[in-house]
Amino acid sequence: MSTETTPGPSPADTQPPVTSTRPVVQPGDRIFSGLAKGAGILILVVLAGVAAFLLVEAVPAFTAPSAEIPGGAGFAAYVIPLVFGTLLAAVIALVIATPLAVAVALFITHYAPRRIAQGLGYVVDLLAAVPSIVYGLWGAGTLAPASVALMVWLENNLGFIPFFAGPASTTGRTMLVAGVVLAVMILPIITAVSREVFLQTPRLHEEAALALGATRWEMIRMAVLPFGRSGIISGAMLGLGRALGETMAVAIVLSVSGGITFNLIGNGNPSTIAANIALQFPEASGLGVNVLIASGLVLFLITLAVNSIARFIINRRREFSGAN
Amino acid sequence: MGKAIDAKNLNIYYGSFLAVEGVNMSIRPKTVTALIGPSGCGKSTYLRSINRMHEVIPGARVEGRLELDGQDLYGPGVDPVGVRRQIGMVFQRPNPFPTMSIYDNVIAGMRLNSRKMRKDATDQLVEKSLRGANLWNEVKDRLDKPGSGLSGGQQQRLCIARAIAVQPDVLLMDEPCSALDPISTLAIEDLINELKMDYTIVIVTHNMQQAARVSDYTGFFNIEGTGKPGKLVEMDETKTIFSQPTEKATEDYVSGRFG
Repeated sequence: MSTETTPGPSPADTQPPVTSTRPVVQPGDRIFSGLAKGAGILILVVLAGVAAFLLVEAVPAFTAPSAEIPGGAGFAAYVIPLVFGTLLAAVIALVIATPLAVAVALFITHYAPRRIAQGLGYVVDLLAAVPSIVYGLWGAGTLAPASVALMVWLENNLGFIPFFAGPASTTGRTMLVAGVVLAVMILPIITAVSREVFLQTPRLHEEAALALGATRWEMIRMAVLPFGRSGIISGAMLGLGRALGETMAVAIVLSVSGGITFNLIGNGNPSTIAANIALQFPEASGLGVNVLIASGLVLFLITLAVNSIARFIINRRREFSGAN
Repeated sequence: MGKAIDAKNLNIYYGSFLAVEGVNMSIRPKTVTALIGPSGCGKSTYLRSINRMHEVIPGARVEGRLELDGQDLYGPGVDPVGVRRQIGMVFQRPNPFPTMSIYDNVIAGMRLNSRKMRKDATDQLVEKSLRGANLWNEVKDRLDKPGSGLSGGQQQRLCIARAIAVQPDVLLMDEPCSALDPISTLAIEDLINELKMDYTIVIVTHNMQQAARVSDYTGFFNIEGTGKPGKLVEMDETKTIFSQPTEKATEDYVSGRFG
């Protein structure tokens, strides 16, 4: 009240400069930023919920005496062959699928006539929509028997390579076939992502290469592939994520009996974590359930690690990415 | 280095659309020729047809002859890739390869031509090309940094260095300064004056002062209306075009009465 005695700016006039330090925000902006923030938080909450469930349920498996774990030799001995099988199958799939997917994407974006390219694009997208159980049935019912002859040939001619040491499986339900089925499954994901990135290659850069006298393939090597590199890696990681977590296809195709082996064409294959959970869960009880969930936690951590490594690779050459 | 270009009755088509009609033009070796004209008049199309870059668009083709020192650039069995190795090009917007370092950008064309070069030979080539593009002093300490980190004018000079590194006979420039500020533009124009000692240069520009400043000869393209083909109206020494052109349309254009 004392300030009212002197004439001058009334409180109503002096007030605005104080409040106006806050930026003006339109209601539409506020709603949208709230929605976006909410979506971001929701993802974290879901992820944290899954992680918490896995952790809580897995603890009994870690603390139980090793004799009570299936196999009788402790959790590590139980899960390590599964981790090995998971990584092996996924790596086989990735090694086969990535070059093929990049080639298909390049064909669609830079070689095929427009109409063929469009049709092929749809077919590849359709492949992604086929349920994994269908791939599993195809793998076990068609691909596995058909590949027996090839595996015998591999054993006889390339047997000196540990991967093809044999003896070749007579059913064909081997790690190699499981890897091939997984490769077919992840092919559309990697292709779709690569295709989109290749289409984004700035015309300027393509023309720069062509004007220097590059052939089409040299132009692709100079301009398209370097530009799409991070996209290819992202696509491969998405594919790897699916391959690591794939359950039904592997469970149906792979004939499981054994531990760690690099022999891809034999009968004794390690299972994968996801397939093992699917096969064992119906009959598991008590500590068995905890052990399976603990193996799920391990898979969760592997996926996390793989994605972090991929992110690291992409970021390492950020200044050369063309984003600036 | 520095060869003559002769266009004889050149028609350029995109599919069935006639984009440029009946160009007869002789470009002398080691001169700068500016192509001016309103937008859409076909000067860029003509420029791109000289190194067959317009063929990037499906359906593009030409009729008539285009010769580089008498060698037919569209003859049977002539590979566009080979043509582009002889005739370099600089684009409207600077386009260094973002995934390559400055060093690798300069030798990108050389890598295509001959795979194996000794390290000291490439070092020399990089220095020579960057000096030729007046860029050496600005980038010599950061050759391993990405080319996209440079300013627009520096990027454009890097593109020129990349083009001259393969020692072409002709250098085509498609509005090379239109994305640059006046200082960078001046740097490029000075460079053009030096480059014409060694190269035949053809430059498309919308800036008539620029054409007057840098070129020895000027060709004026015009178009009668939308859907009509562009034509070369007149070509002469730059002085003549800007002081006493033969055609009324040229005079109107260079004096700013239209376009």
